[in-house]
Amino acid sequence: MNTNFSREVVLSDDEAMGRAGMSRRDFIKGIIATGASISAMGYVFGGCAGDMSSAPGAVERLISLNVNGRVRRVDVLPQETLAMTLRYKLGLTGTKLGCDRGECGACTVLVDDVAMYSCSTLTHRVRGRSVVTVEGLEGEDGDLHPVQRAFIEELGPQCGFCTPGQVMSAVALLNINPSPTREEARVAMSGTLCRCGAYDNYLNSVMRAAKEAS
Amino acid sequence: MAYQLIGKDFMPPDVSAKVTGKAKYAEDFRAEGMVFCRLLLSTMPHARVRNIDVSEAMKIKGVVGILTADDVPEQNAPNNPILTNNPHYVGDPILAVAALDEQTAQDAIDKIAIDYEPLPFTLDPLESLYPGGTNARDDGNIRNRRSGSETIKWTAGDFVKKNVCPTGKPATEWSYGEVDQGFENAKLIVDESFVTANNPHHSMEPRSCMALWQNGKCFVYGATQSQSRPTRDLARLLQMEPEDLVYIAEYCGGGFGSKGTAYPVMAIPPLMSKKVGRPVMMRISRVEEYFIGSARHGFQGRIKIGFRDNGRISALDMYVIQENGAYRGGGDWTAAGDAVSLVYTPEAMRFRGIPVYTNTPIRGAQRGPGQNQIACVVEPLLDKAAEELDLDQLAIRRINAPDNDSKYGRRQGPVTSVYMREALDKGGKAFDWAGKKQKSRQRNGSKIIGVGIGQAYHSAGSSKFDGLVRLTPEGKLHIHSGVGNLGTFSHSATSRVAAEVLTCKWENCVIERGDSRRHLPWNHAQWGSNTSFTMTRTNYVAAMDAKNKLLEIAAMDLGGSHGDYDLADERVVHKTDKSKSMGFAEAAKRAIELGGKYDGHEAPEDINDMTKASVTALAGTGLIGVAKDNLKHEGVVPAMAVGFIEIELDLETGKYEILDYVGVAECGTVLHPQGLETQIKGGAVMGFGLAALERYVYDPQNGLPANMGLYQCKPPSYLDVPSEMKTEVVDIADPQNPVGAKGIGEPVQGCAAAALLCAISDALGGYYFNRMPVTTDHIVNAAAGREQSYKALQVNTV
Repeated sequence: MNTNFSREVVLSDDEAMGRAGMSRRDFIKGIIATGASISAMGYVFGGCAGDMSSAPGAVERLISLNVNGRVRRVDVLPQETLAMTLRYKLGLTGTKLGCDRGECGACTVLVDDVAMYSCSTLTHRVRGRSVVTVEGLEGEDGDLHPVQRAFIEELGPQCGFCTPGQVMSAVALLNINPSPTREEARVAMSGTLCRCGAYDNYLNSVMRAAKEAS
Repeated sequence: MAYQLIGKDFMPPDVSAKVTGKAKYAEDFRAEGMVFCRLLLSTMPHARVRNIDVSEAMKIKGVVGILTADDVPEQNAPNNPILTNNPHYVGDPILAVAALDEQTAQDAIDKIAIDYEPLPFTLDPLESLYPGGTNARDDGNIRNRRSGSETIKWTAGDFVKKNVCPTGKPATEWSYGEVDQGFENAKLIVDESFVTANNPHHSMEPRSCMALWQNGKCFVYGATQSQSRPTRDLARLLQMEPEDLVYIAEYCGGGFGSKGTAYPVMAIPPLMSKKVGRPVMMRISRVEEYFIGSARHGFQGRIKIGFRDNGRISALDMYVIQENGAYRGGGDWTAAGDAVSLVYTPEAMRFRGIPVYTNTPIRGAQRGPGQNQIACVVEPLLDKAAEELDLDQLAIRRINAPDNDSKYGRRQGPVTSVYMREALDKGGKAFDWAGKKQKSRQRNGSKIIGVGIGQAYHSAGSSKFDGLVRLTPEGKLHIHSGVGNLGTFSHSATSRVAAEVLTCKWENCVIERGDSRRHLPWNHAQWGSNTSFTMTRTNYVAAMDAKNKLLEIAAMDLGGSHGDYDLADERVVHKTDKSKSMGFAEAAKRAIELGGKYDGHEAPEDINDMTKASVTALAGTGLIGVAKDNLKHEGVVPAMAVGFIEIELDLETGKYEILDYVGVAECGTVLHPQGLETQIKGGAVMGFGLAALERYVYDPQNGLPANMGLYQCKPPSYLDVPSEMKTEVVDIADPQNPVGAKGIGEPVQGCAAAALLCAISDALGGYYFNRMPVTTDHIVNAAAGREQSYKALQVNTV
């Protein structure tokens, strides 16, 4: 239930980018590509949870994250989960929190192409790895991912809250098994709960996406 | 009638945002200077707060404000309070703390010392009804029909019969026909006690809320399945005028009744924001959702059913004891009686019931409130009677099925239309009931086949709400919908009626919804399966008003009378002289020139103030169609559903696989086939959970909840339900809806739940549990001939 938020890091842009080994151009590209609002990084965590130079043995807090193909510099507390970093620091609110304790799967993202619960993954554990959220699936031209198209065609979502997690689970499955049987899809998707009970339609979506890709 | 849009699939405008993550739910909003708020929840099942010591908490850097029960508008008992100094269950919110970040708010809460005076508590309605039993509330132990509290105690004599539900003095009672005579005429009387468990709604989106104030207006980003209704109700909770409230609820992550309208904790962020002068985000956790997210009422009860030798029900006598939680709760108990009167059409019937307070979390309507629990009670008993009378399970349902002449409820009022026999027949054929029946109880090693049929009902339609549409000079039709977004896509499916009436292409339509700044009409909440009926009527009357105005404008400008004109392909066209015509864009421009009623400068007298305000705001922007739904509406609008199921049950493990499921909807004209199909299937999934998985469990010693997680309360996963299901629709128009539509969302759950219970009992050779959920443990005990782990009327079982 307790969630730690970090203190705002007051660094000039140049200073931050220097530490991150980025050029100003890279930094701006990163911000634009992930669709985050720059100001969101500052004001939400107005905070009082301690400053940067914390206790001995503390991990480096200002880290580089590869999210949706772009490298982002983020100040991350040691105990911070990936879901909180994505939602509250990078403005990527497509990743949902349904339980925040590894039960529901609404927060599923890809880490090095593997589906993971971002609510139960420490952000520090994904340093140097590639993170993809639902916002990162669309092509550069804005075309929807084949899985997203299939979810629309089959009217997969109902309320839509678990849908990002369902979409990411489906993408992860099709990455390793492009032609799953319905039963394989059922097992692969089973880590994501849907209270609307749209499982049948979600499986139709997965099977359609697989068929259309083949 | 051949429709252009009605009955056809389309891409709902909100589905794309759901698959891309762009859809913003309440917790996805941010505001500059936003602080976070956390709740302090009662650790006692019933207590009085003697003192709150916040001194240590206020020393923590970053704390910006505290809100206690003394700071918030008091709600009339037994309504759910916003915050309370008299907690009635473990998890009842006592105060809220806002801080610059969430951790600090929680740290502060952990430093607050509450001095509780413990009070006696009860978790079991029967214990509270027993002479000298504990009252869960100071003002009584039961809620009466006027929604006040009073105390009713039964006599010890009422409790004498072992394992039989006592039936002492009820809170309400009604009957029709000659009940005693009916039982005398019966060949078989089934008389059983039953228990149905409470279960949480478990919406995937916890009910987070963000609020801020700006220039005297309050902006609230809430999690509700409705739009206009919570705008009014939240304003009431906040004791402010609705026009000063901007309410945003474009997406809702599931509600199932628990987010029907504004709920008390929603008032905390706006009140806190007012106090601290900053935007306030209240994120609700999954555990908190369990406490404040509402739950279905559980029942204990007794039902006696008399059957003639052909299976016709000659008399029915039922008693429902509703576990009410500690506050107002819902009307499940009376709804159960009304449902039985219609679904089984007993020749004579008596209903008695009593809602009894317990010190457990708040209850409210959950998908098919009352109707779905009682379906799970009665349907297996129909099978029991069928077996004893040597009748087929389908036949005993057909002979008791309602039709258009059937009567409803305590007043035995009329219905708009019911085609239950048609639904049974359609499902029986699609499922191949006769063939599947042959497989019933066939054994294969430790596995055995069971089949079942379930039926359910919910009232599915309302009237007297307003419709509002607008044709702009750009030639677009804007359909303003205040209903909400529960996830059924019915905000769009029902809007298509306006497009149909006005001959508009769907791509030229814009649905205005989800934000009160979009100038929305007064519409019913998106609950009670009513949207399809109610909103097609409001959109129809608004579109007809726009149509009449279009015809009048054409007659004015092109000559003749308005009756000479009709609409076709977004134009007003003279019926005989096709050269006389006017496009909608041009007509909208003329409406603005004409002013008055044409462009919203005048509005009908009988529309709601909320609609009037919206019309005033829109005045001069186009041709306005606005009207109150005064169409004929007499009687209850029944949504009916039937489920057929085949399972293979392992007698050694109690596990079963659902081999086949056919869900049938009787909901009038189909508006949106794909959307309807998802309701039938999704409802079935929730029904399987209701029947066999979900329930509350409490420690009777301390009143502590024992299952506060999804993995403990067990909403079904992919692996608990069939991966493919089939659907059927009756598709006969209802005469009191302009396009023949009725709702359906709720009974599609109850029929599936009841069908599964019937199939489990069938596989077990006619073993009737008279309770739900029926878990694998219960099944194994039944199969092995062992005594069950629960006592007959026990509500609190694992």
